[in-house]
Amino acid sequence: MANKKLKKLTPTQQEYQRLALSHMPKRSVAANSVRAFGFGGLICLVGECIRQMFIHWGGWDEVKAGDPTVAILIFISVLLTSLGVYDKLGQWAGAGSAVPVTGFANSMASTAIEGRSEGIVLGVATNMFKLAGSVIVFGTVAAFIIALIRLIFNQGG
Amino acid sequence: MLKGHQSWLFHRKPKLVSAAAVVGPFEGRGPLADDFDIIHGDSLLEQASWEKAERTMLEEAANVAIERAGITKEQVHFYVGGDLLNQITSSGYAARTLTIPYLGVFGACSTSMESLALASYMVATGGAKHALAATSSHNSSAEKQFRYPTEYGSQKPPSAQYTVTGAGAAVVAEAGSGPSIASATIGRVVDMGIKDPFNMGAAMAPAAVDTITAHFRDLQVGPDHYDLIVTGDLAQVGHSIAEELLDKHGVPIHKTRFKDCGMMIYDYEKQMVQAGGSGCACSAVVTYGHLLKKLRKGELRRILVVATGALHSPVAMQQGESIPGIAHAVALEAESEEERTGKD
Repeated sequence: MANKKLKKLTPTQQEYQRLALSHMPKRSVAANSVRAFGFGGLICLVGECIRQMFIHWGGWDEVKAGDPTVAILIFISVLLTSLGVYDKLGQWAGAGSAVPVTGFANSMASTAIEGRSEGIVLGVATNMFKLAGSVIVFGTVAAFIIALIRLIFNQGG
Repeated sequence: MLKGHQSWLFHRKPKLVSAAAVVGPFEGRGPLADDFDIIHGDSLLEQASWEKAERTMLEEAANVAIERAGITKEQVHFYVGGDLLNQITSSGYAARTLTIPYLGVFGACSTSMESLALASYMVATGGAKHALAATSSHNSSAEKQFRYPTEYGSQKPPSAQYTVTGAGAAVVAEAGSGPSIASATIGRVVDMGIKDPFNMGAAMAPAAVDTITAHFRDLQVGPDHYDLIVTGDLAQVGHSIAEELLDKHGVPIHKTRFKDCGMMIYDYEKQMVQAGGSGCACSAVVTYGHLLKKLRKGELRRILVVATGALHSPVAMQQGESIPGIAHAVALEAESEEERTGKD
């Protein structure tokens, strides 16, 4: 893939790309992955603790306890975003803080905060889905395709 | 006047009679804090938006510079300036407040020296008695426009740079006390095919090298002509590339001090800025705040400021375009001993 990209460039540009690459600071993929795994896992652990609390003390059943759990995680994420903490966590944890539901909440809250100066409707409401919109689009499209496959291969079953 | 292909050698050297550097709180915690004129404790400056905060800093810098020159804004004939926001609004709105005849220019982060070169040219050719060159950038307004929301938790690579919050302004005059502007070299756009907006240093380094070599060729001088050659905002990645490229081109850059404003403004140990600073204000506040003070004190005699800019936009990036780089150089000279002592 990298070679394909380079082919469009002139020889001087190709040479420069190699030079520039040699000056790029090294990033440890392993350390970054471990951090992401650890932090993502931590978020899930906190989520599971909250869920168990709802089951044991809140009187929710196992399936429904997920709903208030997600709501609480979203609330914590939005709170940390507003306090200017989540972006710093994100720099450290990478995908670990981006992949769970808290990352989705952060993407919506951060764009909403940013759009505030442009008004409630065109600023906050329109910008809210600037980053999260693609997740919803592809989620819906994927669900539609899966449903279609099920309909074709599993008729009546 | 025209010297070589792309340089101006000023015979009647315009004077940089006054300048001002205004910064935000984060820059105020950096190593150059003592050299800035105004350090704001709040990056919003009690304004309703980041954009308004940026504009306010620009107006402050312009006002302080004009006041320090001992003139009124009515005596400033032209204001040349630009910034990073779409349609260079910070500058346009600041010009509305300043009511000085205004020329808006855009050279991305090279705007500081682009505007200073043009203002100097006007004054040197008798087109103006006093001209104001000013530029600004704000971390939050720039991030908002060029990258992700400021509070979005994405991970930035180590080659990413931190946009400086601040504004710098300089008053150029026919005569007066202060360092003089000796020459300027206008840069070509150089594009080496870098497409990563989180690696601006690498995208701009070839342009810096092109302008520096052009400057030496046009003026027939070498690096040792200057005490210091400073690039605008190449930061760690771009600066080390530029150093290697200059070496490859046979420019003996080691004969002088070769630094970068983006590497001088922040403390890498304490501040999370990845590769270093960037933005229009980066080279502006370091030059107008820090370097000018050193020139005035006589600690530096001759310097070459090479402000670097990346002429891309988020739309161009999404359409798969590469990042064109540009750099403009301005040579500043300290007053001679006689000039300084004569005035004291």
